[in-house]
Amino acid sequence: MSTATPRPAPASPGPKPVPPPVPPPARSPQPTAIRRFDAVPMTGAQSLVRSLEEIGCEVVFGIPGGTILPAYDPLLDSTRVRHVLVRHEQGAGHAATGYAQATGKVGVCMATSGPGATNLVTPIADAHMDSIPIVAITGQQSRALIGTDAFQEADITGITMPITKHNMLVYDARDIPRAITEAFHLASTGRQGPVLVDIPKDVLQEQTTFTWPAEMKLPGYRPTTRPHGKQIREAAKLICAARQPVLYVGGGVLKAEASAELLRLGELTGIPVVTTLMARGAFPDSHPQHVGMPGMHGTVAAVAAMQRSDLLVALGARFDDRVTGVLSSFAPHAQVIHADIDPAEISKNRRADVPIVGDCKEVVTELIDAVAAERGEHGHADLAPWWAQLDDLRARYPLGYDWPADGSLSPEYVIERIGRIAGPDAVYTAGVGQHQMWAAQFISYEKPRSWLNSGGLGTMGFAVPAAMGAKMARPDAVVWAIDGDGCFQMTNQELATCAIEGIPIKVAVINNGNLGMVRQWQNLFYKERYSNTDLGTHGSRRIPDFKLLAEAMGCVGLRAESREEVDLVIKHAMEIDDQPVVIDFVVGADAQVWPMVAAGTGNSEIMAARNIRPLFDGDEIVAGVDEIAAVTAEAQNPQGGN
Amino acid sequence: MWERHTLSVLVEDKPGVLARVSGLFSRRGFNISSLAVGPTEHPEVSRMTIVVDVDDFPLEQVTKQLNKLIHVIKIVELEPAASVQRQLLLVKVRADPGVRSQVLEVVELFRAKAVDVSPEALTIEATGTAEKIAALLKNLEPYGVREIVQSGTIAVGRGPRSITATAVR
Repeated sequence: MSTATPRPAPASPGPKPVPPPVPPPARSPQPTAIRRFDAVPMTGAQSLVRSLEEIGCEVVFGIPGGTILPAYDPLLDSTRVRHVLVRHEQGAGHAATGYAQATGKVGVCMATSGPGATNLVTPIADAHMDSIPIVAITGQQSRALIGTDAFQEADITGITMPITKHNMLVYDARDIPRAITEAFHLASTGRQGPVLVDIPKDVLQEQTTFTWPAEMKLPGYRPTTRPHGKQIREAAKLICAARQPVLYVGGGVLKAEASAELLRLGELTGIPVVTTLMARGAFPDSHPQHVGMPGMHGTVAAVAAMQRSDLLVALGARFDDRVTGVLSSFAPHAQVIHADIDPAEISKNRRADVPIVGDCKEVVTELIDAVAAERGEHGHADLAPWWAQLDDLRARYPLGYDWPADGSLSPEYVIERIGRIAGPDAVYTAGVGQHQMWAAQFISYEKPRSWLNSGGLGTMGFAVPAAMGAKMARPDAVVWAIDGDGCFQMTNQELATCAIEGIPIKVAVINNGNLGMVRQWQNLFYKERYSNTDLGTHGSRRIPDFKLLAEAMGCVGLRAESREEVDLVIKHAMEIDDQPVVIDFVVGADAQVWPMVAAGTGNSEIMAARNIRPLFDGDEIVAGVDEIAAVTAEAQNPQGGN
Repeated sequence: MWERHTLSVLVEDKPGVLARVSGLFSRRGFNISSLAVGPTEHPEVSRMTIVVDVDDFPLEQVTKQLNKLIHVIKIVELEPAASVQRQLLLVKVRADPGVRSQVLEVVELFRAKAVDVSPEALTIEATGTAEKIAALLKNLEPYGVREIVQSGTIAVGRGPRSITATAVR
């Protein structure tokens, strides 16, 4: 994994490094050598920037404004922290998330008080749902003005209380180093997540002293990382005895950097593996034991494997409704081993028979030994009949797509070709909707941290800023944003940032002219009444013309409208390394995401394609879409529906 | 059937901690029946006593969620049989000379006391379990209750052990 600093770090005159003891034992270590400072006089703002430098922050994405202005002054002089001036604070937040997802390091964003801070709310909520370690630093009105409805005052700690792992309002400049240390520690340990640090302007301006390392005071924070030995042995017994087991792998495995261990556990046991939307790449797609992504748009084999399983081994997964479908009919015969670092996830949705609280890397490592011992003593169940069932489903219902009847370009084909040409070393980000699902389905992920998307919150507009953050984090990697024409129009202002700051991402706009996933639901469940989903990016008007828009933003703009052009433009884009590239792929509007478990239905009712339900009653039967629509009556919102 | 549970929650005495705790209850869909906060023998630690009506299973979930709050140090559920639980009541009752002695008799029976007297009314202070307070109020009602103010329940476990001893260094 590349950890290249975007700007060369000059020799610093500070005291000589000493061996590390104190902050923070983050997953991917920030710096290892801790420099010590004892009561060096400076302003609060300088203390903030110095704290960020010492904790190993390389990049801050942000926008200055009234109350955060004092911090931007020392930032100008910093040679260790690079600031990327974004065009909208939402972009800063998602960029920090992309940076964190691509590396495991803490991503940092900065904004001023009031609207600057409230513009961070969406990316903070996004990072909270997907457990991404980011630190948001916001300016706040001066202490004397707090609570007076002062200009650009917003109670951002109050606003973000439900969507942060923790937040704090710093009332004394002496506390800044400790606040930053605690924020990075909280964000990156235990169940990772966003932390917001709100600092009043006069705290930034006041004279203080800087002492480093800062001592943390977190008496109520003691995450459990080491699993309980008895639970591990119990789990090993169940794993060896199960006839139809499944390894249900979630994003926690990526966060714990446990992919190598997972591969060993998988190969030791021979158990089928499913990787959730948040875990794509945690286990190689090309591995014969990988049966696909589970859930609403998962493969038939993956959904069936879970549904018919007698043992689900959930690793860093949270039984999200998009995975389980109707909970009461989910995996009815399965016992559940649930390992997660967050005790609150265990038995939240599905009761666990063997709960294991711990870090996935430690859990899987200990499971490997325990399973090996158990197999040595008591042997293991024969999985051949189980594999025969799943192989049959894999053969009969592979992922696939039809070319549009009207001769237009297939969006699935475009995405598949990007994946093939850019390969498994590239990093892929996505927005939310059809293109996201196709990118999860038709690109082969072989490596951890190669697939970054907004899973829990489902934040449209995630792709471009996240790609920007990922490219900053891993400048040597090719970074593709797979975006939709709806999503792209929410955050494409960051193309200007990319062009000016020299962040050459590649953006594929899968332009079907519509809010595609909403349109798909209107097609299936609302009698083809297409209410407010046509975006007008197709046809002679092309508003906006994405090629021209890209050029106006200082990017290379390309377009493909036919099958023949697809490879040409992708390869052309791959050759450009000094400028962001945007490709307008004009695709058909009628392509749909399949398979699909319609909202409000059980996973056994998965439709491999329109009206084909391969698992229902054991045999393939044809169910009318109307029938499904009736069941789905209450579930009306494709981005957030039930 | 929902059950009543009493949680003792040790928290860091920080600005906003009450909002964090109460916000968590409302956003996860739990009703707080009563909540009382106050200092402890440790200056940096406050203690909340939260009475909540939930089944055992959701209670486990809400406890786990509470534990995730960084400012929450420790949570203990206090069983009614193994703890002392008290509320404080101040009630203003109409008590003209004709009925005053009867009201005072009720006060006596409940081991409450009159803390303020005026020609038409008495203010009565009582402490006790929620049941005792309810019974007292029921008996005072016929005389005309003018104003009630009541604290949330506070509770402490019976026996020599302290829940703060191990939680706070």
